[in-house]
Amino acid sequence: MTEILVFCETNEDQLDSTAGELLAAGQKLSSELSLPVSAVIFNPNPDMVLQAGSLGADKIYKVTDPKFQQKTDEIYTHGLFEACKQINPTVILAGKTTLGRNVAARTAYRLKSTVAQDCMDISGDKNSGLISVKRPVYGGNAQAVFTFTNPLNQVVILRVKTFEPLPLDKSKTAEEIDLVISMPEPKLKVIDIVKQEFEGVRLEDAAVIVGGGRGLGGPEAFVQLEELAKILNGAVGASRAVCDAGWLDHSYQIGLTGKTVTPDLYITIAISGASQHMAGCSASKNIVAINKDGDANIFKEASFGVVGDWEQILPSFTATARELTQS
Amino acid sequence: MNIVVCVKQVMDPDTPISAFIVDEAEKKVIPAQGIPPVVNGYCENAVEAALQIRDQQGEGTITILSLGTDFVMDVMKKPLSMGADKMILIQDESASNLDASGIVNVLSAAINKISDVDLVLCGQQASDWDNAHIPMGLAENLELPCITSALNIEHTEDKLIVQSALPDGYQTFEAPLRSLITVNNLFGEPRYPTLKGIMQASRKSPEIWSIDDLGISKSDLEPSIILSELKIPVSEGNCEIIEGEDDADSGRLLALKLREEKII
Repeated sequence: MTEILVFCETNEDQLDSTAGELLAAGQKLSSELSLPVSAVIFNPNPDMVLQAGSLGADKIYKVTDPKFQQKTDEIYTHGLFEACKQINPTVILAGKTTLGRNVAARTAYRLKSTVAQDCMDISGDKNSGLISVKRPVYGGNAQAVFTFTNPLNQVVILRVKTFEPLPLDKSKTAEEIDLVISMPEPKLKVIDIVKQEFEGVRLEDAAVIVGGGRGLGGPEAFVQLEELAKILNGAVGASRAVCDAGWLDHSYQIGLTGKTVTPDLYITIAISGASQHMAGCSASKNIVAINKDGDANIFKEASFGVVGDWEQILPSFTATARELTQS
Repeated sequence: MNIVVCVKQVMDPDTPISAFIVDEAEKKVIPAQGIPPVVNGYCENAVEAALQIRDQQGEGTITILSLGTDFVMDVMKKPLSMGADKMILIQDESASNLDASGIVNVLSAAINKISDVDLVLCGQQASDWDNAHIPMGLAENLELPCITSALNIEHTEDKLIVQSALPDGYQTFEAPLRSLITVNNLFGEPRYPTLKGIMQASRKSPEIWSIDDLGISKSDLEPSIILSELKIPVSEGNCEIIEGEDDADSGRLLALKLREEKII
């Protein structure tokens, strides 16, 4: 057994918010396996290195190459694979981000190892070095525990916001190692990148989300959801059915195949709470449900709810919320 | 152009929760009585992508490839009814014992056996085990460039122009024809089979292969991860239901309650 390697993603000139979560998960495993936690950062700046150290990395591998400015699966898979070949980690942790999940999975197969994705918990056995993970399957209808069979290059992709980052400990510094990796020309050429303009609060960052389901009957209803979201300084989200029906575009979709959100308050209106949807919002601090079907699954997940017709409930809820928050 | 689309037969994801039963001792989901399985949703999106590429080209062969144990032929023929040309089913009792790496090794051996494959298309993930990494394992095994979550695929002479979804936008890749692309619901609705398509599909019979036909070494089928527990999660279910004189009153009381709890 060697070490626990965390693939720390970066965002512009800082570490991605998932880095702290993964390092915290790494530290949990570290205490179980008695192994050090190391981080690999591609094109790091000194701030990122300091931050990774104070968030729990014992050792930091720095890989620098202009090719990593282009964030494609192909380039980062090559980078992570080559790093792992030099390090031979016992465990590799990555976050379930667009880049992280693809890069980690491909790295696992290239290493002739395997991967567990969308994990909600992780533990290690000290004697064998084998990792067990807990993950939802069947769209969240069931929960499975999987155990690896070989204690080398066990790749685990953790669901975002599953672990709380450790408090910053600025007195902690990590050992720094430069890794040299030769980068081939990529087979895929990026022609362009189009970023959608976004007004208001981003769904992923929102402290309050007002979400709507197919039970709203049509796209017009979302005007009322927008109004409530505005009063509460929140964002609007939707179920997959709403987005598939074309009422809103897919950037609004919350769920297993949409966005994972973790607001303080998630107000669901005419959302039944299918496992597929809950997979994207179950870590919300408070869920409030407005639904006409008292047996809907959402009431099992919500802390407060009203059973009835949303067209009657929502206007008076919004009006009262406006009075309360403006007073 | 030869396109292979990997598809999977899964339990209907719209099976009501009351009919979703787990045998914890056997670590298996019991198929719901009277609810037939379906072709995995994203796999249908991948079939649609293949059909659109063939439509653009005016020629090409689409082969559907699937691995499983208990195929229901009426279900599995749907991609043929949609317009795919051929179907190969690897029907093998031992398939249910394979882990993801084993599945990847079987499917990649099968794709190698189908001659002159250009493009491989896969649904992003299956709604049963939600692994979402079988396509990536195939790309690695077959050493193909891999693009995930395609929004649009355009075939121009000797290359593909593919838009791939990002959390807040998309990026466009230029890829060689020999690539692997994953597709999900963002690609767009799969077409409905036409009556003509259904008639044509009824006359086609799938080729049935077994894992032994593929010459895979035993060690490539050994699991690298094992399922050690499977259960239905218990939800707390302690929702406080707010009831007023009528629905409008309930809405008002709900807002007051959330204020009292310092939630808004």
